[in-house]
Amino acid sequence: MSEDKVIEATGLTKNYGQAVAVDHISFDVGRGEIFGLLGPNGAGKTTTILMMLGLTEITSGDVRVLGFNPAREPLSVKRRVGYMPDTVGFYDNLSAADNLRYTARLIGFRFAEREKRIAEALERVGLAEVADKRVATFSRGMRQRLGLAEILMKGAQIAILDEPTSGLDPHATSELLGIIRGFKAEGVSVLLSSHLLERVQSVCDRVALFSAGKIALMGSVPDLGRQILGGGYVVDIEADGAGLAERLALIPGVSGVEKTGIGKLRLQADRDVRPEAAAEVVTMQGRLKYLGVQEPSLEAIYTRYFEAQPEQVLKEGVRDAA
Amino acid sequence: MQREGSAFSGLGVVMLKELSDHLTSVRMRVLEWLVVLVALAALYGAIQQIKDTTAEDPFLFLRLFTTSRDSLPSFVSFLSFLVPLMAIGLGFDSVNGEHNRRTLSRILAQPIYRDALLFGKFLAGLVTLSISLVSLWLLVIGLGLLLIGIPPGAEEIARSFVFLLVTIVYAGVWLALAMLFSVLFRSAATAALVTLGLWLLMTFIWPVLAGAVAQIIVPPDPRYMALGLQTPGTAELEQILARLSPSTLYAEVIVAILDPTTRALGPIYLSQLQGAVLGAPLPLASSLLIAWPQIVAMIATAMMLFVAGYVVFQRQEVRA
Repeated sequence: MSEDKVIEATGLTKNYGQAVAVDHISFDVGRGEIFGLLGPNGAGKTTTILMMLGLTEITSGDVRVLGFNPAREPLSVKRRVGYMPDTVGFYDNLSAADNLRYTARLIGFRFAEREKRIAEALERVGLAEVADKRVATFSRGMRQRLGLAEILMKGAQIAILDEPTSGLDPHATSELLGIIRGFKAEGVSVLLSSHLLERVQSVCDRVALFSAGKIALMGSVPDLGRQILGGGYVVDIEADGAGLAERLALIPGVSGVEKTGIGKLRLQADRDVRPEAAAEVVTMQGRLKYLGVQEPSLEAIYTRYFEAQPEQVLKEGVRDAA
Repeated sequence: MQREGSAFSGLGVVMLKELSDHLTSVRMRVLEWLVVLVALAALYGAIQQIKDTTAEDPFLFLRLFTTSRDSLPSFVSFLSFLVPLMAIGLGFDSVNGEHNRRTLSRILAQPIYRDALLFGKFLAGLVTLSISLVSLWLLVIGLGLLLIGIPPGAEEIARSFVFLLVTIVYAGVWLALAMLFSVLFRSAATAALVTLGLWLLMTFIWPVLAGAVAQIIVPPDPRYMALGLQTPGTAELEQILARLSPSTLYAEVIVAILDPTTRALGPIYLSQLQGAVLGAPLPLASSLLIAWPQIVAMIATAMMLFVAGYVVFQRQEVRA
């Protein structure tokens, strides 16, 4: 294995009886990278994560985590990898610090080191003041932060986070993403899964888009944007004025004009044509209500990709129905 | 290929955590009060009865455990209800509780095997039960000393100690069963109901059913019936069937251990009585020998139930 790869999966497959949950996926995660496993619920993200931790059997294929085989050397993997499950749970009757103490004892830290690490970790995630409060009183966001504190305390080289932001309000989400960025700053690799595409777009270096147990697309968000959206610009304009569409089509670089609603137009262009479009509206003495260019978003990439492959979407629909 | 590391790393940590959970839980408070009240109620009845009928009984102290008065059952029969209930109460949500609190996958992502988690939970439950039973035992012996005023002999102490150990084993059987169902059923309420149902079946219904089933398979011989005797074949089959229930096994052991005059557990043939001095007590070693198969069977049952739970747990998916 190469030096800078912390996770390497090749042909990873998981079957539950006849059903295929994960179908021959291959990917790798570099040191200090934030890698996103994205896709709808039931696409096989959590199963992939559990296979990497040795918590579920691998049907076929191979995965190496820090050079260890999780099926054969689970303790070595689990000592070095921190995991925060989907909707992480803690013992409600224990305090935040006591919950971490239990984990720390399971890992095998000695008393003095344990207390130091726990205090530091709680400080980092902003839970130091409620360290001795029972977890029963914690909000969802605080529990998620406590989950991250556990990974920090463990001193993990890889943090695996399953749906870290699901069910959080925007404020708690941005706090959480801030802590996740902090992992990267320390050289900890992060693998996170999510079905909320736009939320995690901002933190991920690279993403793998899951669909029905397969990785449909993989790469950095700008790369995928160029690849799928064709590198063109999409400009939305809302204005009134007769014959505006025809005038706009004459702007150099505009390859198509599409009517998307009453007074709403969408331009396909090979460059940002907003200034020219605005000028056209003004010369026609029309009223410009909206003018915007679409950034390449994961949402758009995802939607576009599956629009282009209706067959696959159809299959996915059948699976969901089943 | 052998898996790396010890299956027992983390065992002590899990056990101590579970033990402290048990000992501080509301459930435990209830059990403690139940223990004290049961001891008082049973002793009250026994001591009244013993005072009324004090004969020259060489094993007066053991009567504390087995004597009952009017409507109050004896201490031993109280225990045979209480112990399974305590064990089920401690074990019914041990694994599915972790599932439902969504702590299981987080804990299993730490460098321990599932073995340590399950075994640690079982040991913690057993230690908790042992603590309750030992304190109950000491309470009864202490109160007995005070109220009867006759110190027990060495043999009586030894017998009552064996009784304590057997009771802990019996508790282990029900604890292992409760944990098996806590692995099998995701809902704690279902697990508790199924375990309690099985306990009712095994303790109250099975002994009756065993007789009926035995009579169907081996119909009683009219010649024996004419003499008002049980047909040996039917009686033996009935006993074999009844012994499938741990409750029967426990009751038989208790009879052999706490009543030194017990010579056999089962039908006695006339030939076996030749030369026997009826009513003469047996030494402890002989009583143990009589009860030994039952004791071994109970230990084996507990182990088999635990192993069954272990196998299912190992293969179970951890995701919620």
